[in-house]
Amino acid sequence: MLDKNQIAKRIAQELRDGMYVNLGIGIPTLVANYIPAGVNVVLQSENGLLGMGPFPFEGEEDPDLINAGKQTITTVPGSVFFDSAMSFGMIRAGKVDLTVLGAMEVADNGDIANWKIPGKMVKGMGGAMDLVASAKNIIVAMQHVNKAGESKLLKQCSLPITGVGCVKKIVTELGLFDVTERGFELRELAPGVTVAEVQAKTEGRLVVEGDIPVMNL
Amino acid sequence: MNKVYTDAAAAVADIQDGATLMLGGFGLCGIPENSIAALVAKKVTGLTCISNNAGVDDFGIGLMLQQRQVKKMISSYVGENAEFERQLLSGELEVELIPQGTLATRCLAAGYGMPAIFTPAGVGTEVAQGKEVRRFEFNGEEKDYLMEYAFEADFAIVKAWKGDTQGNLIYKDTARNFNPMMAMAGKITIAEVEELVPAGELDPNFIHTPGIYVHRIFQGVNYEKRIEQRTVRKRNAE
Repeated sequence: MLDKNQIAKRIAQELRDGMYVNLGIGIPTLVANYIPAGVNVVLQSENGLLGMGPFPFEGEEDPDLINAGKQTITTVPGSVFFDSAMSFGMIRAGKVDLTVLGAMEVADNGDIANWKIPGKMVKGMGGAMDLVASAKNIIVAMQHVNKAGESKLLKQCSLPITGVGCVKKIVTELGLFDVTERGFELRELAPGVTVAEVQAKTEGRLVVEGDIPVMNL
Repeated sequence: MNKVYTDAAAAVADIQDGATLMLGGFGLCGIPENSIAALVAKKVTGLTCISNNAGVDDFGIGLMLQQRQVKKMISSYVGENAEFERQLLSGELEVELIPQGTLATRCLAAGYGMPAIFTPAGVGTEVAQGKEVRRFEFNGEEKDYLMEYAFEADFAIVKAWKGDTQGNLIYKDTARNFNPMMAMAGKITIAEVEELVPAGELDPNFIHTPGIYVHRIFQGVNYEKRIEQRTVRKRNAE
């Protein structure tokens, strides 16, 4: 079973040198802490920055320099600022190589729901709908089940969806899954997790073929 | 031609009840603080506000919400704000949530003189309800796009770092965000700047918004620049 940091660490292994990457709020943000040595990626923040750096040192916060989560941040050498239209322009045009984001539900056809729970206060989709509609590669970082113990990997999303057929890969506390036309294909198991447990906690179509390797962290 | 106004009160003096406003900023970053304070003091009501966010309870557009000056918000992300939630649930406030890139590009289209755009954001979701969908083969793949209309705003109110008496503007860091495309999109655009200089002092190579889009400019005062999420690291952490 993986904790949040281990989920982030496993996703960081998917990063390749030279990628432009957008990291969403929550577990996806933690991915930046585990970028492998020798891999240089450029982090995009959709409020208008390429080349996002770590949080500032105490006393060096600048209110004019924040990320899409409204947190104070810094820049790295080679960074660039731009406006929101250009930011979503580069996303829409497919220039951002990888998007990592959280989800409330994913369906086995790749639909994602992560913006609205009917009956609860709706805060809005922010940039999520733009990102999922255009990103070339989307990895979802999420818990496998909700607080009630119900699967979040479903046949069909029960919540209003954010995007259609867009999720390519999912990492949960139980394992790593590719989302293909056959459904959720189990590729790796988290340490200490059995195939039976994954099967019990996955409502959507699950494909388990051959020996599934244990994740190497 | 004189675009220079003495202060925010003078620049917003003719904004009437029921006007449609664009307000620049992302969260509390790069918001037109002086103009918002002047609109609160002016007690103008029934406003439709196009802005990515709706401020917090006691700052930004939240100040206008407290005085019940806003009839409708068009935003991508709201609700860092208890008064906003109360007005939404009670039906006092109308809210239209749209994707952030759609919001930015609908402003951009207005400034570029284009009545509509096509975007894949929201296809297959409830955002697409009632909207025209067109299928295009583009950028190596065939997919559906939603038609979204350019915004028409009576006033665009933006914040820049530096400006000159011609209305040319330069923004700082991520405080740029929605300000440039909103500046281009207003029937009347009001810019408040931290530093107003005579024409000729800004390097024309480094101007973000050409002054042709800006009708009124003034030097703001007492910028508070509140931080929503103060995140830091310790010096010895590295």
